Amino acid sequence: MVSLEQYLILSLLLFAIGAAGVIVRRNALIMLMSVEIMLNSVNLALVAFSRLLHSGEGEAFVFFVIAMAAVEVAVGLGIVVLVFRNRRTVDAEDLCTLKG
Amino acid sequence: MSAALFYALGAVAVISALGVVTMRHPIRCALSLALSLLSLAGIYLLSGAEFIAAIQVIVYAGAVMVLFLFVIMLLNLGRELRAAVRSPLLMYTGIALGLIFLVEGVLLLSMGVPSGVVGVTGPVPSTETMGRLLFGDYLLAFEAASLLLLVGIVGAVALLRREGEE
Amino acid sequence: METLLWIVLFAPAAGAALNGFFGARLGKGPVSWIACGAVGVSFVASAGAVYQLAMLPAAARSFQTVLYDWIGAGELATEIGLLLDPISAVMILVVSGVSAAIHIYSTGYMADDKRFALYFTYLNLFVFCMLLLVLSNNFLLFFVGWEGVGLCSYLLIGFWFEKATAADAGKKAFIVNRIGDFGFLLAIMAIFAAFGTLQFDKVFAAAPTTLVMGGGLAMAITLLLFMGATGKSAQIPLYTWLPDAMEGPTPVSALIHAATMVTAGVYMVVRCHVLFELAPTTMAVVAGVGVATAVFAASIALVQNDIKRVLAYSTISQLGYMFLACGVGAYAAGMFHLMTHAFFKALLFLGAGSVMHALSGELDMRNMGGLKKYMPYTYWTFLAGALALSGVFPLSGFFSKDEILWHALEGGNVLHWAIGVGGALMTAFYVFRLFFLAFHGSPRSKAHPHESPMNMTAPLVFLAVLSVGGGLLGLPWPEGGGVIQKFLAPAVGGGHGSAHVVVETAGGETSALGHQGTEAVEQHAGEVKWQSEGEHAADSAGHGIEHGGAGREGEHGVAQQEVEHGGEKPAGEPAGEHAAEHGGMDEAAEHAAGHGGEAPFSEPVAMVISLAVALAGITTAWRIYLAAPEISTKIRSSLHRIHKVLFNKYYVDEIYDNTVVKPVIGGARGLWHGIDEPVIDGGVNGLAKIVALGSGVLSWVQTGKVQLYALSILLGAIGIAAYYLLR
Repeated sequence: MVSLEQYLILSLLLFAIGAAGVIVRRNALIMLMSVEIMLNSVNLALVAFSRLLHSGEGEAFVFFVIAMAAVEVAVGLGIVVLVFRNRRTVDAEDLCTLKG
Repeated sequence: MSAALFYALGAVAVISALGVVTMRHPIRCALSLALSLLSLAGIYLLSGAEFIAAIQVIVYAGAVMVLFLFVIMLLNLGRELRAAVRSPLLMYTGIALGLIFLVEGVLLLSMGVPSGVVGVTGPVPSTETMGRLLFGDYLLAFEAASLLLLVGIVGAVALLRREGEE
Repeated sequence: METLLWIVLFAPAAGAALNGFFGARLGKGPVSWIACGAVGVSFVASAGAVYQLAMLPAAARSFQTVLYDWIGAGELATEIGLLLDPISAVMILVVSGVSAAIHIYSTGYMADDKRFALYFTYLNLFVFCMLLLVLSNNFLLFFVGWEGVGLCSYLLIGFWFEKATAADAGKKAFIVNRIGDFGFLLAIMAIFAAFGTLQFDKVFAAAPTTLVMGGGLAMAITLLLFMGATGKSAQIPLYTWLPDAMEGPTPVSALIHAATMVTAGVYMVVRCHVLFELAPTTMAVVAGVGVATAVFAASIALVQNDIKRVLAYSTISQLGYMFLACGVGAYAAGMFHLMTHAFFKALLFLGAGSVMHALSGELDMRNMGGLKKYMPYTYWTFLAGALALSGVFPLSGFFSKDEILWHALEGGNVLHWAIGVGGALMTAFYVFRLFFLAFHGSPRSKAHPHESPMNMTAPLVFLAVLSVGGGLLGLPWPEGGGVIQKFLAPAVGGGHGSAHVVVETAGGETSALGHQGTEAVEQHAGEVKWQSEGEHAADSAGHGIEHGGAGREGEHGVAQQEVEHGGEKPAGEPAGEHAAEHGGMDEAAEHAAGHGGEAPFSEPVAMVISLAVALAGITTAWRIYLAAPEISTKIRSSLHRIHKVLFNKYYVDEIYDNTVVKPVIGGARGLWHGIDEPVIDGGVNGLAKIVALGSGVLSWVQTGKVQLYALSILLGAIGIAAYYLLR
């Protein structure tokens, strides 16, 4: 039997990995993927709580999170492509014109 | 039995997540991510959230990952060069912070968590109940979400339209 | 009477407004008519008002009217109100009358000026302010008029501001005046603090009880008031602006710096005589400063070559005589001299202007000469003015100046009298030096002199008539006193020297004065006055004596009665048919109380001495400048050191410059560089620099790198979690 704590620890682990990934990796696409990991970790926690409390609301929340994540990825990737078109790079360190 | 399955799937999810963050080639990262998502879908099944598991596979692993792969291929990205790291400080800081966060979270958890078993016990919401929830209590959120999806589509198309094209 | 007073005051104001706003569009003709008409209307209204005042019984000659309540802030309640009593009556007649003459003169003198309308605007504005000063019934409104005339003086002195000297002279006048005004303001504040009101009638009524005779507060207030007077009336030490003020047009010099504005200080002392009488030390100071200035300025005038400068110093000197009169308590004499001086000094200035006009602006007397045959009107009127100034019998100046000297003498101030006589000698000398140099001898100028047009000579004649005949108003002998002194007596009392303690049994509105007399005395005496207007002079005299305390006072009181009645014999002993006003009163007192003034000799003897001195001065000038001109060069070379000092005005301007002006400018500069720039500017600029620096530092955070931002978000999340952990 798996208790809530284990689900939450797994969720935490995934979240930490995703957060570190956003900061460490320079490639914009991989940063987006790390964000996806974070989102999934949150979904996991939500599902765990939902199953604990035997209510469907957590799962409904997860439904919406997934939908929004899809939209976000679509638009985010669109932006990455646009940036690539203009600057020939997706390296985050090169994209610092907002400096200062 | 379900505990062992849980640990196994959990391990796969974590390792593939690490893979996403560490691997050099974007394609490999994308595939790792897909694996992680799928293992999470398995965990959802394990805990009795079948509907969510299905959606996870269809939308996330199916559509979102495909999108990622398409873009990677479109941009024709190759290996990331290790030598091009310009700020190792950032890297170490990021790793450190992640670890700190982890530790903090665990400590917080140890302060008290509602006890209980997460499993297939209890009523499992079927698709019907999910439908009732979505189209009943959360109808507004549902409609708003669909509107947002529409906006996202239009936005993505508008963003990427080339000048001169109709 | 009320409407007449408001007409007197506001006619010039209306003239100024009309000429000010529309003058540029109207031609010279309309502007002249408006300006002269305004002042003329004011004069006629003044005459009417004074006539009405004179119709009132002597004790009731005081009339106040209020336009509206101006300030009502707690205890301070002042109003826009006018007071017409004998003192202000004399002043408004003099001011409006002489102003009218000078306005007419100006239409000729300034005919070629391109700012004709502006000139008349300023001139009318000046008359308005002067009348406001003279007619106001409280200190604050008085001060408004005081400042107003100072402003107009500045504007008019610097009328030809294209000339740097004129602009500087205007500034100098205003600034030196301001120093005096500082003292005046302090006095007003002190008066308010002591009395709780600024109304003349209330202050003067409460003065004997509120202020201690000879006490510190009375001395302080009066000294501060006198400081204001020295500034406005050009006495030592604040006189230096007046000679420079000659840069302005000559009619301005005549009006402002001879006849009216500079007399404001004298008016002020006379108006506040109640206060001054409570401070004998200040009276001594006033008398001392007055006589010292008289002689000091006269000595400078002896050697000046600029015709207007001579007249300027002469004005300063004559004002000194007026202050001498006030200092010894002879206020009516001071006012009388103010009046006659207005006539002949304005006349002399206008005559000088006529001369300058004829010689195309020549100022140096050494380049004039022989104008007698070219300018007869100017010549004869100028002669009249010069004789009046010298104090030659029977012109007006003789009577007024002599009266002052007599009062000084019989108050026991022999030294003042002697110095005053010395001043009179110098006065006669320098004015006739001027006269002979300008009008006699061979013509030394290259211009072609011509007589001035009629609008300039007519005022000269008018003023000459007044200079000659004005003395009739103050003759000391016939029927118990001169007209003017009797007219003024209720308001100023029969003042005597501060050396003597005198009971001022003044009736009328103002004073329950009194020196050491108790209030009761004055009140009784005042009542007495009322009654005696018609009736039982005996009773009243008796009362006066009874309540008068010491016999002397009672007799004075009685003698006063006499004055009031103009010679009606009171039943008491006192007096002589000569109840000549002050002089007469003194004589009456002498007869009555047998103590007499402490004069070493009697009035007629003093008169003869004055006359002799004047004639001596004239003949000396004649000898030196007309009969044998080489004497003057001989004297100058043998006394050249003295001559140099006198010619350079005792170097007073240079002294002031080095001791006062330069340190003040240096101090200001020091403060500017030392405090204003580093501290204040530095503080404000420094603050801005700090902000800029801080923002520069903070902008390091914005690297533009998304990862850094993500890092900071994570950092924040960790921080929040840590907070919950540690709670």
